Amino acid sequence: MTQAAEIGAFGIAKSFGRFLALDDVTLTIGRGEFLTLLGPSGSGKTTFLMVLAGFEAPSAGRLTLDGRDMTRMPPEARGFGMVFQGYALFPHMTAEENIAFPLRVQGRPAAEVRRRVAEMIELVGLEGHGHKRPSGLSGGQQQRVALARALAYEPPVLLLDEPFSALDRNLRGQMQEEVRRLHREIGTTFVFVTHDQSEALALSSRVAIFEKGRLQQVAPPREAYERPANRFVAEFLGDINILPVEGANGAARIEGRPVRLPGGGTGPFAIRPEYMGLSLREPEGGNAVGARLTDLTYQGAETRLTLATRGGAALVLRLPTATLPEGLEPGAAVWATWDEHRGFRLDQAGPSAREHDHLQQGKGRTA
Amino acid sequence: MPPIARHALLLGPLLGLLALAYLIPFLGVMRWSVTLPEPGLGQYRTALTDPLVLSVLWRTLRICVIVTLISVVAAYLLALVWVRGGPWTQRLVELCILIPFWISVLTRAFGWLALLSNRGLVNSWLIALGVLDEPLTLVRNEFGVILGMVHLLIPFAVFPLATAIRAVDERVLLAARGMGASRARIFWQVFLPMTRPGILGAALLVFVFALGFFITPAILGGGRSVMAAELVYLRIFQSPDWGLGAAVSVILMAGVGLLLAATLRIVRGGAGR
Repeated sequence: MTQAAEIGAFGIAKSFGRFLALDDVTLTIGRGEFLTLLGPSGSGKTTFLMVLAGFEAPSAGRLTLDGRDMTRMPPEARGFGMVFQGYALFPHMTAEENIAFPLRVQGRPAAEVRRRVAEMIELVGLEGHGHKRPSGLSGGQQQRVALARALAYEPPVLLLDEPFSALDRNLRGQMQEEVRRLHREIGTTFVFVTHDQSEALALSSRVAIFEKGRLQQVAPPREAYERPANRFVAEFLGDINILPVEGANGAARIEGRPVRLPGGGTGPFAIRPEYMGLSLREPEGGNAVGARLTDLTYQGAETRLTLATRGGAALVLRLPTATLPEGLEPGAAVWATWDEHRGFRLDQAGPSAREHDHLQQGKGRTA
Repeated sequence: MPPIARHALLLGPLLGLLALAYLIPFLGVMRWSVTLPEPGLGQYRTALTDPLVLSVLWRTLRICVIVTLISVVAAYLLALVWVRGGPWTQRLVELCILIPFWISVLTRAFGWLALLSNRGLVNSWLIALGVLDEPLTLVRNEFGVILGMVHLLIPFAVFPLATAIRAVDERVLLAARGMGASRARIFWQVFLPMTRPGILGAALLVFVFALGFFITPAILGGGRSVMAAELVYLRIFQSPDWGLGAAVSVILMAGVGLLLAATLRIVRGGAGR
């Protein structure tokens, strides 16, 4: 239905005074891709979106649209659709008038505008609400109007700036499904900004993770989650257990116990909580580390356990509640185990997400 | 203490003062209008048929409409510069709005007189420069009245307009721009309608203030451009015709009341949907 476009960004930098918001970002966004820009506040993800939209001019670097240069092209010439944080609907217009606005700007004939508006209302499931103004619509409905308005003129690229941040959790889940459905049906290129890692993992075909204005990794969600490029990505995408490794590859030991680890590398060993198991006795063979149970949080289907190893490392485990041994209490001596194919070695370079959080709290918000 | 009682206690003194200073005297004025010089509605009949009174009411309406239009348009531009200008521009506009506020109405009216009268600064310069042979009549007519009133009323219109302009979400304008709308289209179809409540508020405020203007029209109109409030004054203080003065007052009050009610309906109706 729509001609999806391919975007290239080469060495994009953006500075505001002495603050470097974007630093040498190179990235190609494929035709019809659903790319998420993910990062904490102040990481540069929204600035990058604004540069793509044309609302901010890059301080350095080049942008291309289907191979042609668009670095200096004004936003209106790019013809992208955009959904803003807070929706940015026209408050004095009805839902239908909002959706019709870009079509009228393009000077399309009245009959075509009417037909197209009706199609969009149906596409986003707003039948019966077309004559209401934004103030008479719920958050989710306003979101749908914003999507319909941005998609009405069949843009080659749809940019979404934290569109769900104002919605409550249930509604957010619904809207995520809705956006995925729209992406499937329309097939246009989607670029989506969020600071919510689970939203990024759930929605996108690839995730681009930003930190301090630099692109840390671009990868499909599963790869980014299971094989993060650095410590920041590993920590930002979810809970991660990190254990120092002694000895060389053949004879690696963790807290004195011989272990078999996948792949090479020299950095510490990292593994996601869901890949670790729990044992009450020291296992005969296989990877394990001895620890004391420090806390246990019941979360329905899953229980989250925190452990302190004898060497002083903190571990998090997430286990199906059904598999937990009876009578497990904080203070119990346990063993955390894992399969030798699971986990990965972290390179030491790159910032740490935990450090970053402390920094952010100290500085206040800088986005 | 229930909240209603607490609110009543807080509002009480003000309401009491307003009742004492305005409501009770106004009831007295209403009584004069139907009792002086004899009981009945005779004074209202006179007010609505007498050509002199009618011409004053008509002039009042006309001047107030013109003053409101000019003040609101000028104040809109001023408020735009104030809210969206750079820090130094903002400072400058603030001074320009506030300084006149601190100068008395009387002083400002005489200031205009000194500037615009036949032997005032403007006329003497224009004649000295040879632009004019005879002085232009700039005061003691409707022009002078409108000028003086606009000058006084612009600041009152700036505040509600600035509030409305400040409330416009920048992202809405960005959204319109991103969709390819021209600057003119964004202003007329997005920005202006979004500030409509402020425009209505400012217009109402200015219009109601203008209806009751007395000193400025009296000085700058020079008795030739009498407005309703001055007519009331003349009927009460100069010709002992208290009944007619009271009737005109009541008509003026009724006009203000109707206008307020109508505007509230429009504003509520617009925001309610």
